[in-house]
Amino acid sequence: MTINDTEVSADVEPRTLLVHFIREQASLKGTNIGCDSSSCGACTVHLNGESVKSCTVLAVQADEQEVTTIEGLADGETLHPMQEAFRDCHALQCGYCTPGMVMAAISLLDEIPKPTELEVREGLEGNLCRCTGYHNIVKAVLQASGSES
Amino acid sequence: MIPAAFDYQRADSKEQVISLLKEHGDDAKILAGGHSLIPLMKYRLAAPGILVDVGRIEELSYVREEGDYLAIGALTRHREIETNELVLANSGLLAAATKQVGDPQVRHRGTIGGALAHGDPASDIPSAALALRASFIIEGPSGEREVGADDFFTGFLETALEPEELLTEIRVPKLPNSKWSFQKFNRRAQDWAIVGASVLIADNQCGVGLVNMDFKPIRAASLEEAIENGASAEEASQLAADGLEPPSDLNASTEYRSHLARVLTKRGLQESGK
Repeated sequence: MTINDTEVSADVEPRTLLVHFIREQASLKGTNIGCDSSSCGACTVHLNGESVKSCTVLAVQADEQEVTTIEGLADGETLHPMQEAFRDCHALQCGYCTPGMVMAAISLLDEIPKPTELEVREGLEGNLCRCTGYHNIVKAVLQASGSES
Repeated sequence: MIPAAFDYQRADSKEQVISLLKEHGDDAKILAGGHSLIPLMKYRLAAPGILVDVGRIEELSYVREEGDYLAIGALTRHREIETNELVLANSGLLAAATKQVGDPQVRHRGTIGGALAHGDPASDIPSAALALRASFIIEGPSGEREVGADDFFTGFLETALEPEELLTEIRVPKLPNSKWSFQKFNRRAQDWAIVGASVLIADNQCGVGLVNMDFKPIRAASLEEAIENGASAEEASQLAADGLEPPSDLNASTEYRSHLARVLTKRGLQESGK
């Protein structure tokens, strides 16, 4: 498969989960494993441009497909606008949910470029922040969309 | 959590799927989006010997108008259904119920056929299929057959699908002028419904499918009949749990679920103009 524009190839067991492939075969540790049961969203990555929970996708399902992880967003030293917005708005506390939250937020803006606050909250319902820092996360997503009120 | 070991085969056509199912019988499971099956396998509640991956059979992903119904390919993903113009115009109830499934990530992967073939009484989509009187096209070694929603759901995680058969299409009557409501009661966003209800009013016909109110997805048949005979939403909703055996678990007792069914169907009927 292609991860962040780089070909990654490995022979794996069919039961290998995409998140394990990303962390162990591709050695990209930015994608976190939280609940490991498709609830918390910490493992969210993009598969062919759409957010998915990589703990509930088999690596073989992503064979020959395009995967983007949190490491694939920044252009050198230049952060992705969503990463900038998270930094500006202090949209992270412990930071564990942040990679998944950023990936889910980018996918959300692809589908709804100018969301309302409610649409942001609903659009991020698959991502849990156990610090409960949702307020600033929502603020950051609105700022990144340019629709901050 | 990692599933028990299994063999994996990616299929490129319906014919190949059916031939693989014929070869492996009960030991094989079909993998579509995987958002019901993979969690079950991770919890080791399911341990199929071989997964037949249908995820790339593009001919199974479509929404088409066919006379008086919409034909929806079994592999159509939830996200496509909740945003599809034909579905929104002709079957608002199906779009609304689909939008309540899981969360955006789940809806990017999960498919309508997978959700229905899983036969989970706690799932949202079967309730809409029941209320809409949808039917299911099933293909197997001896050809194609059509099964109505009432006959499709046969038990807890059990459907009319035989081990060698593949669900290929869901047919949903076009009801552009129907009134409908999808009601879901849960404690947290993205949770399964404690109880849910799909309510459809089309001319004099009433359809009400319930979530988590029996060991299988089921209709509130007594309630539907009462509405069709002129009862008010208040009166008819009292019959929502008639003859049903809702489960009792940590979230809700049998009695509480029956109460919720009455409250939610009443709201749904009222939202649908009754």
